[in-house]
Amino acid sequence: MSLAALALLILGLGLIAWVAARAKAMSFGSTGQARQHSLPNYHGWYVALWAVLPALFFLTIWSSVSGGLVTQTVLESPAAASLPAMEMQRDAILDEARRLAEGRIDAAFNPEAEALAPIYAEATSFYSLIGSSIALLLAFAAGAFAFTRLSPTFRARTRVERLVMASLLIASLIAILTTLGIVLSLLFESLRFFSMVSPVEFLFGLNWSPQMAIRADQAGSSGAFGAIPLFWGTIFIGAIIAMIVAIPLGLMSAIYLTQYASGRVRAWMKPALEMLAGVPTVVYGYFAALTVAPAIRDFAVTIGIPGASSESALAAGLVMGIMIIPFVSSMADDSIAAVPQAMRDGSLAMGATTSETIRRVLVPAALPGVVGGVLLAVSRAIGETMIVVMAAGLAANLTANPFQSVTTVTTQIVQLLTGDQEFDSAKTLAAFALGLVLFIITLLLNIVALRVVKKYREAYD
Amino acid sequence: MTDMSDTGMSDIAAGQRVLNEAAPKMIARDVDVFYGDKKAIDNVSIDIALENVTAFIGPSGCGKSTFLRALNRMNDTIASARVTGKIELDGEDIYSSGMDVVQLRARVGMVFQKPNPFPKSIYENVAYGPRIHGLASGKADMDQIVEKSLKRAGLWEEVKDRLAESGTALSGGQQQRLCIARAIAVDPEVILMDEPCSALDPIATAKIEELIHELRGRYAIVIVTHNMQQAARVSQRTAFFHLGNLVEYGDTSEIFTNPRATRTKDYITGRYG
Ligand SMILES: Nc1ncnc2c1ncn2[C@@H]1O[C@H](COP(=O)(O)OP(=O)(O)O)[C@@H](O)[C@H]1O
Ligand SMILES: [Mg+2]
Repeated sequence: MSLAALALLILGLGLIAWVAARAKAMSFGSTGQARQHSLPNYHGWYVALWAVLPALFFLTIWSSVSGGLVTQTVLESPAAASLPAMEMQRDAILDEARRLAEGRIDAAFNPEAEALAPIYAEATSFYSLIGSSIALLLAFAAGAFAFTRLSPTFRARTRVERLVMASLLIASLIAILTTLGIVLSLLFESLRFFSMVSPVEFLFGLNWSPQMAIRADQAGSSGAFGAIPLFWGTIFIGAIIAMIVAIPLGLMSAIYLTQYASGRVRAWMKPALEMLAGVPTVVYGYFAALTVAPAIRDFAVTIGIPGASSESALAAGLVMGIMIIPFVSSMADDSIAAVPQAMRDGSLAMGATTSETIRRVLVPAALPGVVGGVLLAVSRAIGETMIVVMAAGLAANLTANPFQSVTTVTTQIVQLLTGDQEFDSAKTLAAFALGLVLFIITLLLNIVALRVVKKYREAYD
Repeated sequence: MTDMSDTGMSDIAAGQRVLNEAAPKMIARDVDVFYGDKKAIDNVSIDIALENVTAFIGPSGCGKSTFLRALNRMNDTIASARVTGKIELDGEDIYSSGMDVVQLRARVGMVFQKPNPFPKSIYENVAYGPRIHGLASGKADMDQIVEKSLKRAGLWEEVKDRLAESGTALSGGQQQRLCIARAIAVDPEVILMDEPCSALDPIATAKIEELIHELRGRYAIVIVTHNMQQAARVSQRTAFFHLGNLVEYGDTSEIFTNPRATRTKDYITGRYG
């Protein structure tokens, strides 16, 4: 029985359980005893949830382990004795057998697969039968158990509340566990990388050229993994150039919107500004690569700046700065709006003009919040990928000339992992190490930013 | 504007100030204040004398704050607010197009209900006004202004050793005296106080009241309060507002012992409010 059909069947059972439990609960009312604790609906839900949730939970787990059980059985069968010992080849044959058994292919390339297919099919149906039986039994048993507990005084409403809370908790745990899993895999792969390349060379080396020699006589492929040029490029584009654009523009638009704009202007201007955040980054990317970058190169050539490249740090940084404006401005907007009106009144009553009030009172008072917003913006900017992939280039230059091409951590990760790759060379593993560094930096930035913002919020209440 | 005051104008202004010594510092005639279409102040006329502390009393929502804010044009900061009628400071119409709001607010200072020191150092709080109006000609001069203002506000002894600390770290009563020092620092002629003690404990309140006594005569002081004992203690003249009207205005002793209007009498005897 297929998984979907089984799930539907269980839900059907749940429905029956709901109707039955509700009917039973209704009958309590007609006997005219003491007042019921919960409405019949809650009794229905209580039993239905018991019938459905454990069974579905079991199915989820089962579907992830049954594949392994099937393979195990197949491998233990006598027909599998002749399989090659090498894992990769064996897996390929097993895979073929599986597809044959599922009827997805008609004939196999390997004769062993032909022989294994019937065994495979048998094992699959065996385990799926076991799984379905257990799931249905579980649904019946749990439902029946819940059903027997119903009584006029049974607190079904409270129980349902608890079940709902538990499912919400599980839902939120999924996100956290996923994050944890990602971090662990990053960590694990990075450790493998650091067993090949020393962390000191990686973190402090000035030379980045990750092409490994495939043959010993190949020239020009040193396999140097000094990531400083990447870190510098990332900071140069995301934390310097982009912020030089985004901080003043974001701050000024926030000031205009909170202090000067009339309600009507604000009503259309704020959403328009926020629309910038909704533009897909790939659109920014080709805007940077096709429009801004050539213009900047032409400009650099006209004024005679040496080393101007058609992929420049400036182009990527400028466009990234534009992209970040809504972040800075909405954080600044919030923190300026959070400065009590009394501060503003106090300053105006001293005879200060609006702009003096902004400059001397509002901005300083809102500064921690603005700084928090800027840190968040930086963490977003350095993790941003599309713009830099399209506009910043791949040359790992260590330069402060904004007209030259630099590369960033994210660009290199994309570069290292696209195309045909072996997954255990230092070159591909380097991507995980870079990812780990990026992750740690953004995490720290976020923590600091949130603390700054929070501390500042406390100051006014 | 400022250039002219350096020449003959200032002499005339100074002369007028002497001439008008006996005349009221501020006068209001037929003043209405609206919030949108709603009338919050209805046809109020009043004279405010330099040598007096004037108290505005009345039930909450009757328009005391609104009228007080009309006196230094703080209502300008509320988009829906509109003021009609005439208000003069030393005979000069403060709502005329020639009046510079910035100068007006330096001459008519204000202290708010809730202490609102800036999140800056104590020193910078007091120096704020002199700085924006360019009143100090150097660091020493500024130090002197700050010291003098803090002394007048009765705060100097408590804070002289920690001028660099944040003004928001002071106690509520100290913060309010800091706000008074801040207002004094630009050497205003009138100080408006909107329930300056309503957020303070009795001891801090007593200190502020004492301070008001000391400042009396140097500045025209208008204080809004809904504590009638306070009005009786600190003021010489009392104005009773009700529903946007100025019901009765007279000597404080007179108002409290022998009110003419029944509404005043009802309020004073605690019938409402
Ligand atoms: N910013 C404002 N916008 C609209 N109405 C206001 C505003 N401020 C005060 N009011 C109204 O004006 C009336 C007088 O208020 P206010 O002057 O604050 O009274 P008081 O200070 O005597 O308690 C009240 O009815 C109040 O609701
Ligand atoms: Mg008020």
